[in-house]
Amino acid sequence: MGDWMTVTDPGLSSESKTISQYTSETKMSPSSLYSQQVLCSSIPLSKNVHSFFSAFCTEDNIEQSISYLDQELTTFGFPSLYEESKGKETKRELNIVAVLNCMNELLVLQRKNLLAQENVETQNLKLGSDMDHLQSCYSKLKEQLETSRREMIGLQERDRQLQCKNRNLHQLLKNEKDEVQKLQNIIASRATQYNHDMKRKEREYNKLKERLHQLVMNKKDKKIAMDILNYVGRADGKRGSWRTGKTEARNEDEMYKILLNDYEYRQKQILMENAELKKVLQQMKKEMISLLSPQKKKPRERVDDSTGTVISDVEEDAGELSRESMWDLSCETVREQLTNSIRKQWRILKSHVEKLDNQVSKVHLEGFNDEDVISRQDHEQETEKLELEIQQCKEMIKTQQQLLQQQLATACDDDTTSLLRDCYLLEEKERLKEEWSLFKEQKKNFERERRSFTEAAIRLGLERKAFEEERASWLKQQFLNMTTFDHQNSENVKLFSAFSGSSDRDNLIVHSRQPQKKPYSVSNGSPVCMSKLTKSLPASPSTSDFCQTRSCISEHSSINVLNITAEEIKPNQVGGECTSQKWSVASRPGSQSFGKHL
Amino acid sequence: MNFSEVFKLSSLLCKFSPDGKYLASCVQYRLVVRDVNTLQILQLYTCLDQIQHIEWSADSLFILCAMYKRGLVQVWSLEQPEWHCKIDEGSAGLVASCWSPDGRHILNTTEFHLRITVWSLCTKSVSYIKYPKACLQGITFTRDGRYMALAERRDCKDYVSIFVCSDWQLLRHFDTDTQDLTGIEWAPNGCVLAVWDTCLEYKILLYSLDGRLLSAYSAYEWSLGIKSVAWSPSSQFLAVGSYDGKVRILNHVTWKMITEFGHPATINNPKIVVYKEAEKSPQLGLGCLSFPPHRAGAGPLPSSESKYEIASVPVSLQTLKPVTDRANPKIGIGMLAFSPDSYFLATRNDNIPNAVWVWDIQKLRLFAVLEQLSPVRAFQWDPQQPRLAICTGGSRLYLWSPAGCMSVQVPGEGDFAVLSLCWHLSGDSMALLSKDHFCLCFLETEAVVGTACRQLGGHT
Repeated sequence: MGDWMTVTDPGLSSESKTISQYTSETKMSPSSLYSQQVLCSSIPLSKNVHSFFSAFCTEDNIEQSISYLDQELTTFGFPSLYEESKGKETKRELNIVAVLNCMNELLVLQRKNLLAQENVETQNLKLGSDMDHLQSCYSKLKEQLETSRREMIGLQERDRQLQCKNRNLHQLLKNEKDEVQKLQNIIASRATQYNHDMKRKEREYNKLKERLHQLVMNKKDKKIAMDILNYVGRADGKRGSWRTGKTEARNEDEMYKILLNDYEYRQKQILMENAELKKVLQQMKKEMISLLSPQKKKPRERVDDSTGTVISDVEEDAGELSRESMWDLSCETVREQLTNSIRKQWRILKSHVEKLDNQVSKVHLEGFNDEDVISRQDHEQETEKLELEIQQCKEMIKTQQQLLQQQLATACDDDTTSLLRDCYLLEEKERLKEEWSLFKEQKKNFERERRSFTEAAIRLGLERKAFEEERASWLKQQFLNMTTFDHQNSENVKLFSAFSGSSDRDNLIVHSRQPQKKPYSVSNGSPVCMSKLTKSLPASPSTSDFCQTRSCISEHSSINVLNITAEEIKPNQVGGECTSQKWSVASRPGSQSFGKHL
Repeated sequence: MNFSEVFKLSSLLCKFSPDGKYLASCVQYRLVVRDVNTLQILQLYTCLDQIQHIEWSADSLFILCAMYKRGLVQVWSLEQPEWHCKIDEGSAGLVASCWSPDGRHILNTTEFHLRITVWSLCTKSVSYIKYPKACLQGITFTRDGRYMALAERRDCKDYVSIFVCSDWQLLRHFDTDTQDLTGIEWAPNGCVLAVWDTCLEYKILLYSLDGRLLSAYSAYEWSLGIKSVAWSPSSQFLAVGSYDGKVRILNHVTWKMITEFGHPATINNPKIVVYKEAEKSPQLGLGCLSFPPHRAGAGPLPSSESKYEIASVPVSLQTLKPVTDRANPKIGIGMLAFSPDSYFLATRNDNIPNAVWVWDIQKLRLFAVLEQLSPVRAFQWDPQQPRLAICTGGSRLYLWSPAGCMSVQVPGEGDFAVLSLCWHLSGDSMALLSKDHFCLCFLETEAVVGTACRQLGGHT
């Protein structure tokens, strides 16, 4: 037995304990019931169980307990504790190895069980917490459900209330409608009542009026009278006419005349409006035709059926248009043609515009692709070029910088610097020379021009002198004419026109650049004519002065005449005014001095 | 702008003669005729009682003075001061008196509208017209003075009689399809007569001179209807102002409505210029006092200055809440007038009493709105150009033209409350009437300068 005890695995202390206890208290004989109870009382060890176990095996019942254990173990599938007996009669020997193996296995099993138990416990805990969680979730959801249910009930209640309200409002509306109807009826009845009453009252009032009239008017009221000093004549000076059938008819006639006049006036207005509208239409038509005609050929070439027919219409219309008299026809005959043609043209225009739109969009689409590619290529080329240029420039800059640095480095050398400076000066000198020569040339030109101007001035002076002489002679002649002839005016006119013609010729000679000048006539010897003439004159520095003189003339024509008479031989009044004006025109080159004179 | 001195006046009776040469005014029982240019008294006539109504004859030769209380009409001649004429209506009484267009007949309406007596100044003849209707505007003459239309009431039905003024012969007599005719008005061309019904019903009827019904127009039912009617001087448009605060413009071809002008209290359209009168108390600072005093005769400083400001849209106008349970509520278009060239229409909505609306008739839209500080009492167009003069019962005169508007203080001691105004026919001056004074306001300086400028411009 002592061996058995020593053999026990030291690692399995709890087991060994029990075993030691077994060993210490082997005296207790195991009863089957007992043992079963012990086995049933599960694996967990307790002191009570120890005590039971202590009673399991005693000194006396070792054999029995071994056999019992063997039996039990074999039933659990362990190998038998006994050695294989060779003979039946021989007492079976306890196989210690088997016992130990069994024990070891039991211990392993025990450990496994313990592990499993732990696992199960943790799982149990986990599950427990899961359970808790789920329970809380459940409760929450339940609460939610409850609240939503409550809400639903509330909403339902509200809905019901609103429906109730709605029903009430409907009822109210109905009532109000009824009320309105009732009130309207009342109003209507009141109105009829009022009208009836009014009529009654009015009748009474009329009766009273009649009565009053009879009382007041029929009784010869001395007071009703007109006290007048003397009767006055009628405004038109006529005497009042008796009322007869004739006057009545005349009145009717006049009334109808007035009405007719009014209608005629209105008709005229409408006709005018119509004519203007027609004009507008005509113009529109013309413009449309002119707009459509340039692209008329194109569709014809394209042999487009629809446009072709329409265009023939256009041509017809164009032919029609030429007959202006058509527009004076009454509206009805023209209207249809007009509207039809306009409509047709409008359609053409519309289709044309649409076509153009299509073309444009097509071109745009096509062109976009093509041009885009091209432009991109261009772009690339351009950018390449530019980059090259930039690089070149950079190189240049670099070389220049280098040169500069070199220069700086060699700045101390006076020779090189002076040389450099010299070269710069030379360049400048050359440039200056060029400019100088240019200036000289310009100067020469100017001088030439000046010379020509002075020559012209001299010529002008001469011509002026000649002209003045001529004028003096003419004035003399005129004076003579005036004194000699009775019908001065006609003569003057003739003379004047003759003179103006001559002056014109002079002018033409002097200023060959005024060929557009109109020959003057006496009929437009007025300020208006003057202004025309000034306009016809080309702009020159003297025009402003001339304008001044003109205004002077128009404002103080009589003074002007006087001035002239003071200067020259006296012309007559009629011709004088004209001459003074004409004269100032004719002597345009010298007008500056004239302005000063005046 | 110049102002004449202030003259005495009673019951707002002050009228320019139709030829524009004279100005007649009444002071109690005296009638004073002045020369318009010099304002010197030309004639002074004394009537038998306080004058209640005066009217010039069309040829400016006679003036009638009516004394309704006495049932008397006195006529004075301008050419012969010693000439006199007195018409006594006796116990029949007198409620209205007017000239016929020829200036030789006087139409007197007796009390209770029993009849109209036509007195002739040329002959002894007296004519009577029975059954005239007692209404707002029952007699109307055509512009050329040839015809007279008269509203009549017989057997509870409305009739219109058209008389030839030259011999008072009845030309046409027809009944109108109205409940209770309120007014009649000839078109300026004298061919169409507008007849409108009582305010209880919106109804306007248009009759030709020969009595044919041309058209009838009704904008709505069951509500207060027409309040005011005006023909455009070109006879092309008929503006009808109604209690719903709208003006409807009818055309003369179809007699249908072309457009309607509402008068809302707020203006949102930024295109419309809203002139708002703003009052500014003068700044009497030291700087102001240190300036040299005003020219002598410039009058005392006004207590406050007023000027127009251009209000930025949206503008809300001051509205009056009408008392709806009283008769003649202050709502609807009470005043409307076309400018002499028919290009503009000025209106006043009675529940926005401070505002004058000016409508562009060419474009048929609102052109400008003037909001005054106090209710508009009267407005009148310059007879020569589109220029509107407005008075509000204050001491200022307001002028509007398409170019803008201005307010002018009427000089004088104390406040000259302008209650009414009337333009002189030339448009150069106007008479401003207060309760017991009147003065003339001359605008010709401006006009002369303007024309001078124009002439200069034409010359250069």
